[in-house]
Amino acid sequence: MKYILMMHCPKTGYDTFGAWPQKDIHAHIGFMIGLNKELRESGELVSAEGLASPQQAKIVRAGKDGTPVTDGVFPESKEFLAGYWIVDVENPERADAIAAKASAAPGPGGAPMNMPIEVRQVMSGPPEEMS
Amino acid sequence: MKYILMMTGTKADFDWYATWSKRDLQAQFAFMHSFNKELKESGVLVATEGLAFPNEAKMVRAAADGSPITDGVFPESKEFLAGYWIVDVETPEQAYQLAARVSAGPSPKDRGNQPIEVRRVMSGPPPEML
Amino acid sequence: MTPQPDSFEHLLRELTPQVLGAVIRRFRDFSSAEDAVQEALVAAAMQWPREGVPDNPRAWLIQVASRRMTDYLRSEMARRRRETEAALEMDQLAPPPGSASDSDQDDTLILLFMCCHSALTSSSAIALTLRAVGGLTTNEIAIAFLVPEPTMAQRISRAKRSIKDSGVRFSLPTSQERAQRLGAVLHVLYLIFNEGYTSSAGPNLQRVELSHEAIRLARAVHRMLPDDAEVAGLLALMLLTDARRPARTGTDGELIPLTKQDRALWDQKQISEGTALLTKALSKGSIGAYQLQAAIAAVHDEAARAEDTDWPQILALYDLLKRMSDNPMVVLNHAIAAAMVHGPAAGLELLHGLDNDGRLAGHHRLDAVRAHLLEMAGDHQAAIAHYRIAASRTTSVPERNYLMTQAARLNESAGG
Repeated sequence: MKYILMMHCPKTGYDTFGAWPQKDIHAHIGFMIGLNKELRESGELVSAEGLASPQQAKIVRAGKDGTPVTDGVFPESKEFLAGYWIVDVENPERADAIAAKASAAPGPGGAPMNMPIEVRQVMSGPPEEMS
Repeated sequence: MKYILMMTGTKADFDWYATWSKRDLQAQFAFMHSFNKELKESGVLVATEGLAFPNEAKMVRAAADGSPITDGVFPESKEFLAGYWIVDVETPEQAYQLAARVSAGPSPKDRGNQPIEVRRVMSGPPPEML
Repeated sequence: MTPQPDSFEHLLRELTPQVLGAVIRRFRDFSSAEDAVQEALVAAAMQWPREGVPDNPRAWLIQVASRRMTDYLRSEMARRRRETEAALEMDQLAPPPGSASDSDQDDTLILLFMCCHSALTSSSAIALTLRAVGGLTTNEIAIAFLVPEPTMAQRISRAKRSIKDSGVRFSLPTSQERAQRLGAVLHVLYLIFNEGYTSSAGPNLQRVELSHEAIRLARAVHRMLPDDAEVAGLLALMLLTDARRPARTGTDGELIPLTKQDRALWDQKQISEGTALLTKALSKGSIGAYQLQAAIAAVHDEAARAEDTDWPQILALYDLLKRMSDNPMVVLNHAIAAAMVHGPAAGLELLHGLDNDGRLAGHHRLDAVRAHLLEMAGDHQAAIAHYRIAASRTTSVPERNYLMTQAARLNESAGG
C-alpha cells in the first residue's frame, strides 16, 4: 500500500531554519538522511523529495491565449509543503509509525520537533474489472 | 532541472469536483490521460501521482515515546494536495508552460483557471547547509 | 547457424529457474547461487551468439554457474569450511546434467514452493517469485510495481534472508504439507495476475505485463503438475479473464464494465483454451475454488451479448463458491448475481450480512456494489451517495474516475 507522508512547514519556519546553529542544522539533515537510508534498507522507500523554499515558488495560471501567467505565492498562505516521502508498506499502521519517526526529527537545541506529518494514500492500485 | 507542479484544493473544492457533470468529468479524465502520455513519451516526466481524496487524510505526530498520535481534523481553509507532476526540464519557463496547460485543463465554465504551484525540487540539502 | 537474439532471451528465461534450482539444490546458498547463475547467463549471452547454442544449453549453464560457485566457496573456505566440503562432496555425487529430465522440472517446482513459503509476506513472495522463477530482472520488477530499483532489490534480498532464516529445505513438500504449500503458490500467482492490469501512472512506458507473467508461470506449474485440477482451474481462470482485457479499457484510459464491453474484442483463442482446460479439470471429479471461479468466467465469456448471460448458472456457481470460501469478495459477487436473477432487493438483502464484516470496513467495493444495486432498485439518491463514497475510498485512479462518472450520470438523469 502506498502512502504519501507530507511535511508542511510554516512560512516562518523557512526563515528560522536558515538561522539555526550549524550543529542543529547538521543534526536535522543527518536525521533525514538516516531515515531515508532506513527506509531504503527496509525496502519501503519509493521516493523522498525536498522542495525549494517558497520564495522562488510560482503560482501559474493560463492566460487568455494559454500563455502562463505567473504570480508569487499568496502572502497569506500559512504553510508550505517542505518535502514528502512516498512509502510502500504492508499496512496503514506502518505508515503511521514512519510518519511519527519523521515527525520526531530534531530541531533547534536537538529536541524532537513533533511536526505534524500529513498521511494519505497514493492512488496506485490496479483497477478491478467492473461487472 | 526538476520542478514539481502541484494541484491543490480545499475540502469544499473536492466536494464540488464530485458534482461535476458526466461530460465535464470525462473531458477532464481524457485530458489528464493524454497529457500524462505526452509527458511520458517526451521523456520529461519524472513522476506523477494522484492522491486519495482528503476525507481519509490524517495528521500524525510523535508522542513523547515516539509512538504515533493521529488527528483527522483540519481547518476549512486547508489546501490539500490533489496530485502532482515532477518534470525534468531545461528552463523554469518550460515548467511554467506545462503548469499553464494543466491550469487550462477542462472544467465547468463557472470557475476560472485552476492555479498550479510550481517549485524547484531539491536534489539534496542545499550545499550551504552542510 | 544464425543466432537469433530473441530466441536466446526466450531460451535463457526458460532455463533460468531450472539452472537456479539445480545450483541451489547442490550448494544450498540462494543468494550466491543467484549471482553465479547471473554470471553464467551473461557468459551465455556473450558466447552463444558467436559460437552457437550448445547442444545441452541447460547443462552448459549449470556447469558454468557451478564453477563460479565452487570458486566463490573456495575463497570463503576459512569461514564456511564445513558447508564447502559438504557441497563439493555433493557436486561429485550429483548425476551428470541432462540425465534425469524430471529433475529440472522438480527443481523449478521446489524453487517455486520456496518462493511462496508462508514465512514471506505476499509482496515479498511476489517479488521473489518473479525474480527467481520468472527470471525478470530486478529493474523490470521494480518498474512493474512502480518502486525504485534499489527498493525492489532490498525486498528481494530480505525475502531470501527470510527463507534462509526460516530453515526451509530445498525439497518437495511432504504429502501432508503439499496441499497448503501448493495453495500458497497458486495464491501468489493469482495476486501477480491481478496486479497485472496496467496502470497508466508512472513515467515508464515499457512495463512488463504482469498478467502475462502470471499466465506464463501458471502454464509452467500446469506442465509440471498436469493432473492437479486446481492448477488447471487457476490457469483457465487467468485465460478466461485475460481474454476480456482488450475490451476493458477505452481510448481515454477509462474502465469499461463487463456488461458494456465490445465482445468482438475478446480473445476467442484464450477463451477456447481456457474452456478446454476447465472442462478437463472438472472431469477429474473434485471441484475447487479456482475451478469454480473459472467456470463463472466461462459462463460470462460464452454469452454473445451481455443480455444473453446465463445469470442463474452464475448464481448457482457462486452458491457453491460461497460454501467453500468465506472471502467477502465472493459474497459481494454473489449478491450481484442474486440481484440479476431475483431482483435488486434480494441482492441488497445479502449485503446486509457484510455491514459488520471487519474485513470490508471502509472498503470501496462494498459501497460500489451497493450503489449498483441501489441504482437497479431505483433508489437513485442513495446510489449516487454510495458511488461517491466508493470513489473516495478506492486507490485506483481509473476506478475512481469510473465511480465518479456513474454518480454524475445518475445525478443528471435524476434531474440533479
